[in-house]
Amino acid sequence: MSILGDQTAMEPTVRSLLLTARLRQSPLAVAAIGFLAIVTLACIGALFVAPYDPLHQDLERVLTGPTSHNILGTDTLGRDVFSRLIYGGRRSLLSVLEGVAVVLAIGVPFGLAAGYAGGWADRLLSKFAETIMAVPALIIVLVVLAVLPRNEDAAMVTFGLLGAPAVLRVVRSATLRVREDLYIAAARVSGLTHPWIVARHVLPRVWGPVIVQASLFAAYALLFETGIAYLGLTADPAAPTWGGMVGEASTVIQRQAWLLVPSGTLIALTILAFGVLGDAIRDAAIVGESGFPTRAPANSSVTSARRRVPNGHHPNGLFDGLLRVRNLSVSVASSATPVPIVERVSFDVLAGETVGIVGESGSGKSVTALAVLRLLPHGLYTAGGQVYWKDRDLLSMSESSFAKLRGSSLAYISQEPQVSLDPAFTVGSQLVELIRHHHGVSRRLARSSAVDLLQQVELPDPDWVARAHAHELSGGMAQRVAIAFALAGRPKLLIADEPTTALDVTVQAEILGLLRRLQRETGMALVLITHNWGVIADICDRAVVMYAGQVVETSGIQDIFDRPLHPYTLGLLTAHPSLAEPRSRLSSIPGSVPTPGSWPAACRFSPRCRFATEECVTTAIPLVEVGPGRASRCIRVDQIFSKVTAG
Amino acid sequence: MTQQIPLLAVRQLSVQYKRGKRIVKALDDVSFEVLAGETLGLVGESGSGKSTAAKAILGLTQVNSGSVLFAGTDITHLPFKQRRETYREMQIVFQDPYSSLNPARTIGSTLSEPLKAFGERDSEAVRDRVRDMLERVHLPSGAADRYPWQFSGGQRQRIAIARALMLSPRLVILDEAVSSLDLSIQAQVLNLLQELQETSALSYLFISHDLGVVRHMCDRVVVLYRGRVMESGPALSVSGRGSAHPYTYTLNEAVPVPNPNAQRARRAAVRMLLTPLPGGTTKIRDEQCVFAPRCPWNQPKCWNERPSLRPAYPNGVVACHRYPEWRDEIAGPPPLDAHVIPATEHARPEFPRNK
Repeated sequence: MSILGDQTAMEPTVRSLLLTARLRQSPLAVAAIGFLAIVTLACIGALFVAPYDPLHQDLERVLTGPTSHNILGTDTLGRDVFSRLIYGGRRSLLSVLEGVAVVLAIGVPFGLAAGYAGGWADRLLSKFAETIMAVPALIIVLVVLAVLPRNEDAAMVTFGLLGAPAVLRVVRSATLRVREDLYIAAARVSGLTHPWIVARHVLPRVWGPVIVQASLFAAYALLFETGIAYLGLTADPAAPTWGGMVGEASTVIQRQAWLLVPSGTLIALTILAFGVLGDAIRDAAIVGESGFPTRAPANSSVTSARRRVPNGHHPNGLFDGLLRVRNLSVSVASSATPVPIVERVSFDVLAGETVGIVGESGSGKSVTALAVLRLLPHGLYTAGGQVYWKDRDLLSMSESSFAKLRGSSLAYISQEPQVSLDPAFTVGSQLVELIRHHHGVSRRLARSSAVDLLQQVELPDPDWVARAHAHELSGGMAQRVAIAFALAGRPKLLIADEPTTALDVTVQAEILGLLRRLQRETGMALVLITHNWGVIADICDRAVVMYAGQVVETSGIQDIFDRPLHPYTLGLLTAHPSLAEPRSRLSSIPGSVPTPGSWPAACRFSPRCRFATEECVTTAIPLVEVGPGRASRCIRVDQIFSKVTAG
Repeated sequence: MTQQIPLLAVRQLSVQYKRGKRIVKALDDVSFEVLAGETLGLVGESGSGKSTAAKAILGLTQVNSGSVLFAGTDITHLPFKQRRETYREMQIVFQDPYSSLNPARTIGSTLSEPLKAFGERDSEAVRDRVRDMLERVHLPSGAADRYPWQFSGGQRQRIAIARALMLSPRLVILDEAVSSLDLSIQAQVLNLLQELQETSALSYLFISHDLGVVRHMCDRVVVLYRGRVMESGPALSVSGRGSAHPYTYTLNEAVPVPNPNAQRARRAAVRMLLTPLPGGTTKIRDEQCVFAPRCPWNQPKCWNERPSLRPAYPNGVVACHRYPEWRDEIAGPPPLDAHVIPATEHARPEFPRNK
């Protein structure tokens, strides 16, 4: 979504620290890391930490339970449990390390090779991995221990070898995804060799899943290691091991149940810590790829109270329309100050009309629509304003009464129709469910009206489409299906966010024609969000131009093309290649849309405006009425456009 | 034009993919040339094969038959080492400025990679080249130390262009290079591309679905549909209303023009042109016109015989059995059109002079 553009405002170092920062925000992760660090350090420094020799027997004091001498008590031979745990941890953690190292050493390179090379290498490695995964690990390790008695290193290496295919598969699928990224193709065309590309472009991108797998495998390896130690298959019986201690405790469970507590708890906590760590890293990595910045950009803009005019489309003061948006503001919730991304936006939609909201990415047009529908993504919230549906405030009504309105009065279609369809069900069954939800009719009736709806959106073979799944539809068909879904509740208003942007121009023309026909037949109003002036010219009655979170101009459709009254609108229209001389330089607007949080204080367009004066950068600019049904947020409108308005 | 060896020549190129048991002809007997210093447009909708053509030229996909010649040398099937050498001469800029830059590398590292890959060891020289190139694409030299996510879409596309130019190639393939950019940014990047072409004697293969942009940028245009060439010729002929192929005509008419009155008039014409395809996938036979199922002017011959390319207008060819008759059958008076009216006469917005 466009609002992600505000990442540009972040400091360079912030992002690299984000993963650690996010891990730090999760108390569980901090606890897990701390716990593992303490256990590891204690085991490494066992010589200094352990109060007793782990083999020192004191037959006077056996099975004591916790005392001041032995804080965790003693075992059947009077050995100090605390010291044995610490020394035993050395073996256990070393085993985990061995297992993880083998898994990574095998899984990562071969996974990379399979995913990157593809073709027969991939098929061969994948088949091989699947075969190994079918082999029962425990039995193979038992065989190894039979050949090499008490050799725990061999056991763990074998275990690692058998665990490697799982990592191989994870790395392979992560690599496959990265391989499709264009920068890999770009790297090839740059003349880079394959090993270079893998090392520098692929590997850094697959580390996330690898770390997760490694920590989960560590948990599994520890469980396994203590298991075979418990069975007494590895170390010398006298030598301390965690598994062995559990085994010993289990023999005296009737006499001293306490003995099971220290070793059991430690094993459980360590395994838990590995698991928690894996989960936390995965969560942090996912947010890192798609989330909002956790830190607010430094400069948050000045938003003083401003003199504003209502849009002025109903001079008699009465409102007979459907939707009235008043001073709607949306902000990004962040740890420091909230960053506004839509500010005091107002517009009206009358019954049956088509309003175009036009602007570039980062203008806040999509967010405005989502706020009206109360569908703001996580991290964004409505910071102020009202949205009236007839005379009810949508933003303050309860979730349940709004749910009744959504779908039946207001409907929504997005730029990516495929995403809104459930891939697991046929189009028909989803549509039937929707119709039954809205109208409470029988399944049979719903099924026939589903086919009617699909016919209504001009799908040439409705029966086939009803039986199809989302992935079988082309982009144009999927958008028609999405429109059919939206029509299921017979809405009075359809909000369409870039409904044709992803489509071919011929399909776009068809969809626009369809929307126009449906409006004519049902009297439905349409709010169309787009960046395409051709689409605006084609279907809209009025246009609302947005820039940097504000409405900068509203106007009837012919006027805005003939006599734009804001320098931004003018700049956009003259940048259109179809209006320019071929091969001439286009008149472009310098610079780029400022990101939320770095909006200029006064006129937000002033840094890019060729008409800007002193006044434009010092005073707050209101949206003022500049003609019947027209408003512009430009204080120089009279001077700049005088020739135009006069004529 | 007659004696000059074309910089890039694509001759009867065919690329096929297997989709399960079906064979999809992504490119079917496609030929075109890019001359030194010119911009050739490759236009078509999704599935037309235009991006496959780019991949085939760069050796990123297998070619089934036909050949690709660069400056007279056959480069269709090259072993990796020689293929690599061609990348000094030929580069590409992709559509998506978000996935075409490695998010984990600084801009400087991304830009210096091509030089290092071709053995440049002098890190001072590399740094100078990077700084020069950033300047040429109008980015601050400090950009080298920053990461892709710190740049807007338009800036990233400049970076991608800079990377393509690092090796001073003679041909740059622009694969929908401005399609994902906002209008004001698109204009900036188009201007930059023209500027770079003038200063560096570059040739462009400009791949796009947007006829408006293609008309603005290109000298000549090739129109692809379902892997076949429908029409090719000078940009103004192909992308104007004088187009010789019904598909080109449809494409032209389907683009909504930013003028409500003109657009209202066009709509009627567009409506009759658009016959939605039947559901599922239609089987296209080799011995038919691929556009016949969508063509309002089709006749039995169109379903039974593959039209070959034949001369249509000066320097233009068309693959249509019904040319020129179909043009006479266009119903009604010709609607107003932004493409043919010279920009000066067009009802463009008033341009207030600067203060």
